[in-house]
Amino acid sequence: MAALVIGMSAWTAGGAGELSGWIAVEGRGFLNDPLYRGQDRDNASIAAQPEYYHAWENGSSFTFVPFGRADTADSRRTHADIRELNYLYRQDNWFVRMGVGKVFWGATEFVHLVDIINQTDLIEHIDGEDKLGQPMLEFSISPSWGTLDFFLMPYFRERTFPGRGGRLRTSRVVDLDDTIYESSSEERNIDVAARYSRTVGGLDFGVYVFRGTSRDPLLATPDLVPPELIDPEDVNDYKLIPFYEQINQFGADMQYASGNWLWKLEAYFRNGYFQDYFAATGGFEYTFVGVGGSNTDMGLLCEYAYNDRDDGGQTIFQNDLFVGMRMTPNDAASTHLLMGFAQDTEESENALSIEASRRFGANWRLILEAWLFLDSADDSVIHELRDDDFARLELAYYF
Amino acid sequence: MYIGMIAALTAHASTGGEASPEERGLAIAKEADRLSNGYGDSTANLRMVLRNRQGLTSEREIRIRTLEVEAEGTRSLCIFDTPPDVKGTILLTHTHKQADDDQWLFLPALRRIRRIAAQNKSGSFMGSEFSYEDIAVQELEKYTYRWLRDEPYDGNDCYVIERVPVDRANSGYCRQVAWLDKEHYRTWKVDYYDRKDELLKTLTFKGYEKHLDRFWRARQMEMVNHQTGKSTILTWSDLSFRTGLKEIDFDRHSLTLLR
Repeated sequence: MAALVIGMSAWTAGGAGELSGWIAVEGRGFLNDPLYRGQDRDNASIAAQPEYYHAWENGSSFTFVPFGRADTADSRRTHADIRELNYLYRQDNWFVRMGVGKVFWGATEFVHLVDIINQTDLIEHIDGEDKLGQPMLEFSISPSWGTLDFFLMPYFRERTFPGRGGRLRTSRVVDLDDTIYESSSEERNIDVAARYSRTVGGLDFGVYVFRGTSRDPLLATPDLVPPELIDPEDVNDYKLIPFYEQINQFGADMQYASGNWLWKLEAYFRNGYFQDYFAATGGFEYTFVGVGGSNTDMGLLCEYAYNDRDDGGQTIFQNDLFVGMRMTPNDAASTHLLMGFAQDTEESENALSIEASRRFGANWRLILEAWLFLDSADDSVIHELRDDDFARLELAYYF
Repeated sequence: MYIGMIAALTAHASTGGEASPEERGLAIAKEADRLSNGYGDSTANLRMVLRNRQGLTSEREIRIRTLEVEAEGTRSLCIFDTPPDVKGTILLTHTHKQADDDQWLFLPALRRIRRIAAQNKSGSFMGSEFSYEDIAVQELEKYTYRWLRDEPYDGNDCYVIERVPVDRANSGYCRQVAWLDKEHYRTWKVDYYDRKDELLKTLTFKGYEKHLDRFWRARQMEMVNHQTGKSTILTWSDLSFRTGLKEIDFDRHSLTLLR
């Protein structure tokens, strides 16, 4: 409370805020015609994410990051969100953050298992790295023996899913009007989390406990769908109903650097409505600096993801091996290239992704990306995306 | 006591008596190190202008904060302000006198902190002609030294010393040759020789100013790559010392709070 009062008085004292952000146009072209009724073949969209930041002399600051996108194909992808809207009060070794925030936990490149504070804005990108703003109260303290973070999250955000007109979706559209929660408070369930993290030499590690609404919905099968929701015209147009269970999750993540090696590990144990299960992902990245006497750095990545949940194939990465390559020419245009290949170790299922980007002038950045779903096993999520191979071109203006 | 010893050593070195070139080189480097240390902490703005062979330029603006940590090494933060697509990206480095350095990169779009596992410091810093090892704080212990000769440079009487990286496998150079003036031990020029012992780059310093009545800092540094024809000019401004920065400001966790 004292912090708030001090912050407010500082506010009136004034000072200059700063505005930055980006606006981008995007086109996605798909190799094949859509598999499901109602889908447009390709799409174009425009998105913007301005950011306003104001800091005061006393160490406190205010951040506001709205986001919005308009899309030609998918009415759900035309959406807006408040990524951040928070006030931070900071003293020497502790801080309090109030409002809508964004927090990332994790170490690995391909699967982000332990990251749990923010919900995934899946409709933005299939890689799951875009996140919705999470209302929270965060308290963090860093004594000499590490950092302790405490989170109180009073409101739950539902995961976004493509609508009927969008590509990269399951055959059945996920119905967002009949979401089922285990908690009787539904999205007003109060979630809590505590995390301890520390750096010791070349090792960074964190352990946490989360109690509350799972960010990963279980998508209920058509049998559970009330008949009135089924479009009689199309038996393929059954809806999927998201079910959000209450969970206790114990997670850990670490990065260890030694020479040109970077070792990464993420794992959690989850106790939920149906079953308890364990998931882990880990691997390494080796960096070759100055390949062949050039300025180019090349990183080789190898990771494995394991998940022992029995969920009828809803988990995309159940037992998968990932290999990747990162190329950084260290040029003036900050060119970047990342290639990844995922192979299921139990089924003949695999996918390939390539992302390249570079700057033009001082303010423009061009991103070219392609995803190919090469082979898939029946009844898996990837199988439903089998004809959704696509290339994406984005031109962004940063200010 | 310690200072007296160094002074004695240096005096000995400059007489050119029985001291070997290695002893003289080390004494000069130690004195330069002693004179540049003790500032506590500092903040500065850095403007980088990258120029390619065709003369096209691009600019970067970086805020730099450093903190000396007694006996251990130096902590430093590079906060990128432009180009706008890298705004908010932060590089945190803990240099250690005896052990491998620790380095982290904060990526603001994902709020993600990634460790950099490149003990090899020969890579380019932000696409410039400066590599990570050029830009890093030069810990005395990371080189061996040899006095080559005394000669004037740009009107100053200078010592010319050679430094050879201790961790040769992870350096882009087989040796560096530096010109330091005899009066204040300020570096005026460094020639960098690549692993094939061919002249790769030359760094020159301009506009030395005295801070806190003791610390000399160059306002401008220019690195020219002789092999590619590219160059980078660094211009420092708003230099402040003893601003009250603490170790916690250079903690990995603090990266998520900085702008």
